[in-house]
Amino acid sequence: MTTPTQQQAGWTADEMMTVAAARALGDGMTCFVGIGLPSTAANLARRTHAPGLVLVYESGTLGSKPDRLPLSIGDGILADTADAVVGVPEVFNYWLQPGRIDVGFLGAAQLDRFANINTTVIGPDYRAPKVRLPGAGGAPEIAASCRQVIVVVRQNRRALVDRVDFVTSVGYGRGPGDRERLGLTGGGPRLVITDLGILEPDPDTCELTLTRLHPGVTVEQAREATGWPLVVADDPARTDPPSERELAILRRLEQTKGGRG
Amino acid sequence: MAEIVSLAEGVAAVVHDGDVVAMEGFTHLIPFAAGHEVIRQGRRDLTLVRMTPDLIYDQLIGAGCARRLVFSWGGNPGVGSLHRFRDAVQQGWPLPLEVEEHSHAGMANRYVAGAAGLPFAVLRGYMGTDLPAQTDTIKPITCPFTGEVLTAVPALNPDAAIVHAQRADRLGNVQLWGITGVHKETVLASRRSLVTVEEVVDELDPRPGALVLPTWAVDYVAEVPRGAHPSYAQGYYDRDNAYYQAWDAISRDRDAFRRWLDEHVLAAGPAAADRRR
Repeated sequence: MTTPTQQQAGWTADEMMTVAAARALGDGMTCFVGIGLPSTAANLARRTHAPGLVLVYESGTLGSKPDRLPLSIGDGILADTADAVVGVPEVFNYWLQPGRIDVGFLGAAQLDRFANINTTVIGPDYRAPKVRLPGAGGAPEIAASCRQVIVVVRQNRRALVDRVDFVTSVGYGRGPGDRERLGLTGGGPRLVITDLGILEPDPDTCELTLTRLHPGVTVEQAREATGWPLVVADDPARTDPPSERELAILRRLEQTKGGRG
Repeated sequence: MAEIVSLAEGVAAVVHDGDVVAMEGFTHLIPFAAGHEVIRQGRRDLTLVRMTPDLIYDQLIGAGCARRLVFSWGGNPGVGSLHRFRDAVQQGWPLPLEVEEHSHAGMANRYVAGAAGLPFAVLRGYMGTDLPAQTDTIKPITCPFTGEVLTAVPALNPDAAIVHAQRADRLGNVQLWGITGVHKETVLASRRSLVTVEEVVDELDPRPGALVLPTWAVDYVAEVPRGAHPSYAQGYYDRDNAYYQAWDAISRDRDAFRRWLDEHVLAAGPAAADRRR
């Protein structure tokens, strides 16, 4: 979705989403990075306000400092620039599972009001899916074990649904107390960053609530793009538009994707 | 002691119809040339095991080699979907494909248990997800010391393991470095193993962070230069990202896929990897 303000401003809703995601990462944090937009955002953060951000990829590269955007989570540049490269069992068992990672960064095909994620199948029948999606990968344990989780997803009614067709990764289950009951040690999703704004779980109900709008987006647009009756915070905040520096660095980064730099 | 053989001999020795086969390599060192040789040898009814089926299993599934897939993430990394895999699951083409679906942590631990000679592995995983309801190899287990409920997954002990590595010496000791994924666990967990390598050398000089599979832990070694293409071999060649991107269009269409298969796999002999140099 592109609003008139964004067209005038000369940046896209996806760029706003990536910049907002980058801003959510603090300097010195450890971040378990999925490929695609999370990887772009994490690499943008490292080049702007968070040079000490530690990137961990599920291929076993700890502390990667790629000089270009990888196309996959296992590109050679990630191993070449890592502090250490460990095997896949080790990255999950020693580094993720005990809660050593601050932020897990996930995408979603479907996301529900309690921030549960589906990346497995669309449709009610697992054995005869309408659409077969890639599946779980590292996400269930990232969602379970990181100190906090950030989800990045484009906001529309196909993606933001009342109940996901399949729970691949748990957010807050069916509501308050579910994470504790399930023995999930991490803090769960703290931010859902979309192309329209930012949603956060309500501290009492765990339901995702709109707390922030990107420039030029209205509450009505956000409600219209959400598959449940969206609760909106009183006077939602406005995201600062992408700065020229953020945009310049992001666009330069995008040009290096998967390339040899 | 590993025997040094040709690619065709190695594949024929380790992969038979109906086998459980794991061809591993986490984005790096994926044994594509061996996968193509399995297709050429016409293997059928395989249970294919791999964390990320990637293009290698999309090709084997489309070629009709597989009956069942055990996996944890079935996409084209950085590009999108695996269309042959999707077509098999959604439409049963060319054959219906059963799936046994896990998470990465679960699959990695299943290989670890297999390598360690244990019947199962324990992890904090899958809790609250819909995966245990669909996958009967995910069960709760209570810790006998603390009473905590955790998750158990059974060991993977494939009939055959195939992986690619950078080098071997003439005795069949294998050396690999960079992202090593689950190479070691897969080879140690499997009944038979074939390692394809970029080159066979007189002596393996030490490399930082390198992993060695001693010759007595490997059954067959075959020298297959560029045998991991279009994935990559650190220190030898980069990932062919353009191939991964081009695969999206080729694999979307059954006829385009069939033409690709005829031209690039079936018409090519096992020495095709050499000609690509």
